[in-house]
Parts: sequence; structure tokens; C-alpha cells
Amino acid sequence: MYQTDQYEGMIAETVSMRGHNGDSINAYVARPLGSGPFPGMVVIHHAPGWDEWYRECTRRFAHHGYVAISPNLYFRDGHGTPEDVGAKVRAAGGAPDARVLGDLDGANAWLRSVPYVTRKVGIFGTCSGGRQAFLAGCRLKGLDAVVDCWGGRVVQSKEELTQAQPVAPIDYTKDLSCPVLGLFGNEDKSPTPEQVDQHEAELKKHGKQYEFHRYDGAGHGFFYYDRAAYRQDQAMDGWKKVWAFLERTLR
Amino acid sequence: MCTMIAHQVKIEGRGKSGPDWFEVREANVSYDHPYDLPLEHALNIDFVNEALGPGARVAVELSVEGARQLVKTIQAVLAQADQRGVLEDIPVVAAPAPRPTPA
Repeated sequence: MYQTDQYEGMIAETVSMRGHNGDSINAYVARPLGSGPFPGMVVIHHAPGWDEWYRECTRRFAHHGYVAISPNLYFRDGHGTPEDVGAKVRAAGGAPDARVLGDLDGANAWLRSVPYVTRKVGIFGTCSGGRQAFLAGCRLKGLDAVVDCWGGRVVQSKEELTQAQPVAPIDYTKDLSCPVLGLFGNEDKSPTPEQVDQHEAELKKHGKQYEFHRYDGAGHGFFYYDRAAYRQDQAMDGWKKVWAFLERTLR
Repeated sequence: MCTMIAHQVKIEGRGKSGPDWFEVREANVSYDHPYDLPLEHALNIDFVNEALGPGARVAVELSVEGARQLVKTIQAVLAQADQRGVLEDIPVVAAPAPRPTPA
């Protein structure tokens, strides 16, 4: 916890970075002032878009001593308000996994290219971003911690697979290369508690390091203070779990 | 989005978003997270024109019951118009380009 007499400051701005296929995309970066070095965090925006909540979330990581980068995963879908762009991606069935992984890998590379980041980088995501964070932990190299907040469709039936999302992330569990923190609401419909059970069983089966916390009285998106889904007690406890997990894995 | 249940249909029509009308060419129908309706999932309809960019969009987010009632009502209205012989089931003829306003 920071002290009332300590100096504090941060820089937050949009930057350009190289994403999937070497494409130039934009990203929002927030970092504490000073040379650090600080651990890095890739912050994956949720399905509704690269929005204000995610700007604030990125700054929250900086406030807690991380260099955080949130790539705009919908950069190639056009520009406008986050809602309009997000609605377009929703209509297309979501962003393709291969492209998302390429962009997340690029965000990790960006963090590792700057002098104020340590050798430790974690990844955080909520909603579709939780799923993508877990997928990244399995498919990408060079990540040291995954925070999956209510990632829906980690478990997918064959009927749910699409060309854009051709493999259920749970099927990659054996390749997971770092510890995972999972936060879930027991009233969520995606993922359901039964799907979280399946996910947990698969992690156990492969001897992976994981820590799941499941909250009663919470559904999907219980961190989102701007939505009816917000649950203050569960959200604050969830954030505490995030900071404790990252302290152990990235510092 | 988390359910990824989304369909697109080509349509002909006009939509109003802000002060101006625009040509609507697609309707994107999804059952997924809404932006404003305080529900986890909703029946969302975005009337859009993809050629004009993401901002050419008229959005509605409906409860399941609201969506079912809307479907029934549209069918009822079309049936009534058909019954009375006033249904114009013909393609929209592209309107001529607007004339520039005289200086």
C-alpha cells in the first residue's frame, strides 16, 4: 500500500506498436514515473471494446507499480466510438484468435523493448479478454503470469468453434507456461460454474499452478462499476487477489 | 463478445442516428452483452451501413420478452397490411443524390 507522504506520478498515453503480422496498431500505455524498472502487464480489453473502463484499468496497474500496455485489438475494424467499433466486432463473432495472439505477443515485445520494464511480464483480461489471456499463457512464450477474469468460452463445444476461434482454449492447457489466477462469479452464464469446474480439472490433470476464486452473489463482469453487474465486496476482494498474485509472480 | 451468437442480414432501409438519416444495408442481430441495458445478455439489433464505417449505426438492446413481442408485432403488422392489400413488397429504388444547397 502506498503511503501518504510518498511521491507519485504516472505517464499515460497512446502509442504505436507492432502487432500481428507486423501491422502497426495503437495501444494505451500507463507507467509510473521514474526509471524503475517495473514489471510489465499486458491488459486485454473486454469484448465491448477498447473503452474508458480499460483506460482506467490500465492506469490502475500503473498506480500499483506496473508498466501496463493495452493494445487496441479492434484496430483493424475501423475507428469511431468504442461502442460502435465493439458492436461491429460483436456482429462478426469476435476478433480472430490468431490475430489477437499476434497483437498480444507484440504488446509483450513492446514491454520487453523499453528500459524501464523488468524481465517479468504478466497478462490480464476480463470477459473475452480473460479467455484470450489464458490462450496467450498457453500459446505465447515469455509470459510470467496470467489473470483470467471470468473468461467465457475457455470451454467450448464443437458447435461453438468457428473459423476465427477454431480451438477451445481448454484444449491447450497442457502448454500453459506460467501460473494462472482465475476469478469467477458463481451466477455467471459464460463461464458457468460447471465450465469453471472443467477448466480447473484440466489444470489439475496437467499439474499446472493455478489459483481460482469463485464468488457467490456475483455474475459476469462484477468488476465493472459502470454496469449493473458490479458487486462491490466481490470486486474489491478480487482486486486484492490480483495484487497479491502479481506480487508473488512478477516481483 | 462472450456468447458470440450473432447473425447478419442484408436489408434495405433508412436509419436515423443523430440529426441525419442514412441508408441502412445490414442488420446485425446478436444475443450477447448489451452496452446500456442493465442485463448480462440481451437481444441486440444494430442497423448499420458497413460501407460508411462503424459510426453508421442505429442500435437497440432488448429484453428477451421485448424481442419476442417485437417479432410478433412486426409479423402482425405485415400480415394486416397484406390483408388490406397495401403491402408494397418491392425493392427500394435508390433515391437520387441530394442536390447541393444553393449558396
